Amino acid sequence: MCVTCGCGDGETTVQKMGDEHGHDHAHPHVHTHADGTTHAHGHSHDHEHPHAHAHGRDHAHPHAHTHDLHVPGRDAQTIALETAVLGKNQALAERNRGWLAGRGVLALNLMSSPGAGKTTLLERCIRDLKGQVAISVVEGDQATIFDAERIRATGAPAVQVNTGTGCHLEAEMLGRALELLQPARGSLLVIENVGNLVCPALFDLGEAARVVIFSVTEGEDKPLKYPHMFSSADVLLLSKTDLLPHLRVDLRRMIDNALAVNPRLKIIPVSAYSGDGLDTWYGWLRDELATLKATP
Amino acid sequence: MHELGITRNIVAIVSERSRGQQVLRVTLEVGRLSGMFAEAIRFCFDVCSKGTPLAGATLEIIEIEGRGHCDACGAEPVMAAPLGRCPVCREPRLRIVAGTELKIREMEVESCV
Repeated sequence: MCVTCGCGDGETTVQKMGDEHGHDHAHPHVHTHADGTTHAHGHSHDHEHPHAHAHGRDHAHPHAHTHDLHVPGRDAQTIALETAVLGKNQALAERNRGWLAGRGVLALNLMSSPGAGKTTLLERCIRDLKGQVAISVVEGDQATIFDAERIRATGAPAVQVNTGTGCHLEAEMLGRALELLQPARGSLLVIENVGNLVCPALFDLGEAARVVIFSVTEGEDKPLKYPHMFSSADVLLLSKTDLLPHLRVDLRRMIDNALAVNPRLKIIPVSAYSGDGLDTWYGWLRDELATLKATP
Repeated sequence: MHELGITRNIVAIVSERSRGQQVLRVTLEVGRLSGMFAEAIRFCFDVCSKGTPLAGATLEIIEIEGRGHCDACGAEPVMAAPLGRCPVCREPRLRIVAGTELKIREMEVESCV
């Protein structure tokens, strides 16, 4: 069971591509308990709530369970835990963030539904920016090493994380991948998350920015249907614009819906095949890298 | 769905902290903007708690309303979803200030005799 969110019964594997002596399999997870940000208060029946939930909103206290073990006369004590369920992931994400900042590496968390064009766009970016921007990649998939092999074929270093049954990448997995990958100082690291518009948005990896790829074939309503993904994004790449002549999509409505969910979103229509919009995307990358370099 | 994994993690955290004592009740805070569906956690809890110190425990979920703060006009509207513009002044400067919680608030355990 993955220690942070519990998904995935099998082990998560992390392997570096391009190892001449075969794949370097990481050791299986040791499934330790999450203890994250716990702070145990004493043994008391004091139900004081240390976090002030202001604004007088309405708590719903549903008690749906029918089997209640409060036997009269039985001794019981209430222990405040105040434990963030995702506390351990958060702590590991911050550790990754610090590690990356120390090396001046710009890390992007690339997310989309399956098939929106993440890997194809990455292949194009690596080829176009060869000699200008050093890029390394962490690939996340449930199974196979196909994507990492495609990246390796472009000449960029890549590590493949296979989550087994897991539906998203987590900070611990990125930490292990970074140890194997060792991205160069001042380089760009792209983390290609598992194709999924729901879960990856909820797990901080330690990235500097989130880039969502959303293809023009996916329908104008998607941003409204997946508000968590779109509201957590910094950049939205509208991919496969070369297909527009064959589609009946209302691009303006697609963009308006995305901005309704996240007014600060930077939206760039792109095509990995025709090259449309890529200059704008590369301009953004260069600006971000320059800002990082200038930051003490 | 990721609530299954989250629920397993909740059971793991509380099991560890209960130090073998029977858990009678677990109280969670789940914000309405957390991306977690409280009913799904409730659904998974019975299954996930079997064979653990939480088996048979009452699961109490306190759902915390989503609230934003507009940095432009100071309004603090209720937010049912993480959508972006202030409903009062329409500026895109709304910050979420409540509703993203996913926390184990407390547990009630049987005391050692």
